[in-house]
Amino acid sequence: MTIGLGHYLSVAAILFTLGVLGIFLNRKNVIVILMSIELILLSVNINLVAFSSLLGDIVGQVYALIVLTVAAAEAAIGLAILVAYFRNRGSIAVEDINLMKG
Amino acid sequence: MYEAIVVLPLLGAIIAGVIALVGARNRFPGQNPPPPHDDHAGDHAHGAAAAHVEAHDDHDHEPSAAGSLTAELITSTFLVISCVLSWYAFFDVGFGGHEARITLFSFVTFADLHSEWALRIDSLTAVMLVVVTTVSSLVHVYSIGYMEEDPYKPRFFSYLSFFTFAMLMLVTSDNLIQLFFGWEGVGLASYLLIGFWFHKPEANAAAIKAFLVNRVGDFGFSLGIFTVFYLTGAIDFDTIFAQAPALVGKSFHFLSWNLDALTVACLLLFMGAMGKSAQFLLHTWLPDAMEGPTPVSALIHAATMVTAGVFMVARLSPLFELAPVAAAFVTFIGATTAMFAATIGLVQNDIKRIIAYSTCSQLGYMFVAMGVGAYSVGMFHLFTHAFFKALLFLGSGSVILAMHHEQDIRHMGGLWRKIPFTYGVMLIGTLALTGFPFTAGYFSKDAIIEAAAVGTNPMAIYGFIMTVGAAALTSFYSWRLIFKTFHGEPHDHHHYEAAHESPKVMLIPLAFLAFGSIAAGWPFLSIFKGEDVGEFFRESLKFGADNKVLENMEHLPLLVSLTPTIMMVGGFLVAYQFYIRRPDIPAALARDQRVLYEFLLNKWYFDEIYDFLFVRPAMWLGRLFWKGGDGYVIDGFGPDGVSARVLDVTRNVVRLQTGYLYHYAFAMLIGVAAFATWFMFAGPH
Repeated sequence: MTIGLGHYLSVAAILFTLGVLGIFLNRKNVIVILMSIELILLSVNINLVAFSSLLGDIVGQVYALIVLTVAAAEAAIGLAILVAYFRNRGSIAVEDINLMKG
Repeated sequence: MYEAIVVLPLLGAIIAGVIALVGARNRFPGQNPPPPHDDHAGDHAHGAAAAHVEAHDDHDHEPSAAGSLTAELITSTFLVISCVLSWYAFFDVGFGGHEARITLFSFVTFADLHSEWALRIDSLTAVMLVVVTTVSSLVHVYSIGYMEEDPYKPRFFSYLSFFTFAMLMLVTSDNLIQLFFGWEGVGLASYLLIGFWFHKPEANAAAIKAFLVNRVGDFGFSLGIFTVFYLTGAIDFDTIFAQAPALVGKSFHFLSWNLDALTVACLLLFMGAMGKSAQFLLHTWLPDAMEGPTPVSALIHAATMVTAGVFMVARLSPLFELAPVAAAFVTFIGATTAMFAATIGLVQNDIKRIIAYSTCSQLGYMFVAMGVGAYSVGMFHLFTHAFFKALLFLGSGSVILAMHHEQDIRHMGGLWRKIPFTYGVMLIGTLALTGFPFTAGYFSKDAIIEAAAVGTNPMAIYGFIMTVGAAALTSFYSWRLIFKTFHGEPHDHHHYEAAHESPKVMLIPLAFLAFGSIAAGWPFLSIFKGEDVGEFFRESLKFGADNKVLENMEHLPLLVSLTPTIMMVGGFLVAYQFYIRRPDIPAALARDQRVLYEFLLNKWYFDEIYDFLFVRPAMWLGRLFWKGGDGYVIDGFGPDGVSARVLDVTRNVVRLQTGYLYHYAFAMLIGVAAFATWFMFAGPH
C-alpha cells in the first residue's frame, strides 16, 4: 500500500477534528485548550507539507516552518498569560473563566 | 379721554407688575450663582435663602417687597385720574348727549368675521365707567392700608389694576368678542386675586372653583356668541341690534328640534351672565371667593365683576326685549337667587360670607328687573349696590383687621365702642342695603320690587313675591350681622381689648363710599326710573313699544309701594328681638328646627350635590382615563409595552453571552464552517 496524499490529508483532518473537539469538550483546563490549538496548527502543517511534496513546491514547507515559529511564540505567550491569570485568580479551570459573561 | 380711562389702569398694572417682577427677582435670585466667596460662606448663603423661603408662610414677619410704595402710588394715582375722567364722561355722555365710538385698531378679520377694538361710549357704558373706576380707585386707596403687612403689594396692585382694565374693556366693548375678552380678563384677574394668598390651600381651591364654575357659564356664553353670529353674521352690537327685529319668530333646526332662534341665543348668553353674576345653580363659587383679600371681595365680588352679567343683559336689551321666554327665565332665575341666597345668609357666621350671600341675593334683584324689562331700574340697583356693598365689604375688612383676622361673628360683639367710625359706616351701608327710606338702596330696591309688581311676563308675580320676601330676609341678616358684630357682649375679650380703629387711609375711602351709599339714590332717581330715562339712556337701552313697565310703576297702589319698607321694618324688629332683647331665641330656634337650620347652614347642600353629581363622576372618569386609558392601554401597548418586549428579547440574547471561552470558539467555528460551505457551493464560480 503506497501512502498517498489522501492518507496525509486524512491524518490532518483527524488531528484537526481532535483539536476542535478538544477545545469544545474540554471542561477542565485551559492548558488543554492551548494544546488543542497546537494540534490544529499541526494538522495545517501536515496539509502544507503534503501538498508541498506532491506539487514539488518548496514554498509550502517554508510556510510550515513559519507556522511552527508562530505556534511556538503563541504557546509561549499563552502560557505566560495563563501563569499570570493563575496568579491573579487562583484557578485556570475553564468553568471559572467567564469574566466576559453579559 | 376715553382711551385714557381705559388705558391708565393697564399702564398702572404693567408698571406695578414690572416692579413686582424685579422685586421678586432680587428677593429670590433663583438659579443665579451665590456670591463668589469660599465654600463656607456659600453654605451660609444657602441657609439664609432656605430660611427666607420658610418665612414665606409666615408673612407677618416678611418685609414688604421693594418698590411697594411706588407701585401703590402709581396705580392709585392712575385710577383716581381715570375715575375723575369717568365722572366727567358720565355727565358729558349721559346729560350732554355726546356719545362716542372710538375705533382703536382691527382685532380679527377672517372671512365674514370683522371685529375691531373699539370703545363704545354711551350712557350705559358711562354708568358702568363711573361705578368701576370709583369703586376701584377707592379700593386701591383702601388697600394701601389694608395690605400694609403683606409682602407682595406690587403684585396685588398690579392685579387690581389689571382687573380694572379688563372690566373697563368689558363695559366699553363694541362687539361681542371684545366683551368676551373683557369677560375672560376679569375672570382671570378674579382667579389671580382669590388665590392671592397662595400659601393658603383654601384660597387656591376657591380660586380654581371660581375659575371652573365660570367656565361653565362661559361655555354657554360663547355658544350664545356663536349663535348670534350664525343668525346675524355679525358680532358688533349695532349690526346685531339692527337685525334683531327681523329675527323674531325665526327658528333654527338643531338635532331634530325647531328652536326659536332669539330665545336660544338669549338663554345661552344669559348662561354666561349666570356664571359671572353667581346666579342660582352657578353661584357656588362666590362665597368661596371670600378667601381672597377683603378689598378684592369689595371690588370684584361685590361691586363690579359680578355685575358684568347684569350689564351684559342690559347691553343686549334689544335682544332680550324680543325674547319674552328668555326674559321670563331671567326673572325666574333672578327671583330664585334673591330668595335662595337670602335664606342662606340668615344663618352664616363668617362676616364676609354673609355679605357674599347678600351680594348674590342683590344680583338676583337686578336680574328680576332685567327680566321684567325695567333695564334702567336694574342698572340703578347696580349703581347704588356698588356703593353700599363695597362699603359693607370694606367696612367688614376694617372689622377683620381690628379683630386680627377673625372673621367669625360669633367671636365678635360690642365692637362699636372700639371702632366707632367703622360702626358708623357699616350702619350706613346696612341701612342702604335694607332699603331704609331715602338711602340709595331704598330707591333702587323699591323700584325693582315695583317693576316686578307691574311686570307683564309670566314670572313677574313670582319675582314680586320672592323679592318682597327676600327684602325681609335681607333686613334680618343684615341687622343680625350688625348686632352680633357691634352690639352685645364681647365674646373674645383678648381680641376685643386689642381691637383698634383702622388707619386713615382706609377710613377715607369708607367715608366716600358711605356718602355714596346715601347720596347715590335720590339725585339719580329720575334718570334711572323716572321720566328722564329715555332722554338719558337714549339708544343704549332698548324698551320695546309695548314695554310700559316704567310708566306703570308710577301708578301702583300705595300699599304695594310700601311693602318693601314694611318688610324691612319687620326684618329689623325680628333681628332686634332675636339678637338684642332675647339672644337665647336663635339658639333655641336652631335646636327646634334642626333640619332646616342644618339645611341653611350647609347652603342647601349645593356643594355636596355638585360634589356628588359632577365632581365625583368627573374624578371617576378622569381616573378611568388616567389609569385605564392612558396607563393601561396607551402606555401598555405603547412605550411601556415596546420597552418590555425589547427587554424580554435582550434578556434572552444576554443569556447567549455565557462568558465561556469554548462557546465563543464554537461560534467562530460554526461561522468558519458556514463560510467554507458557502464558498464551496456558491463560491467564486
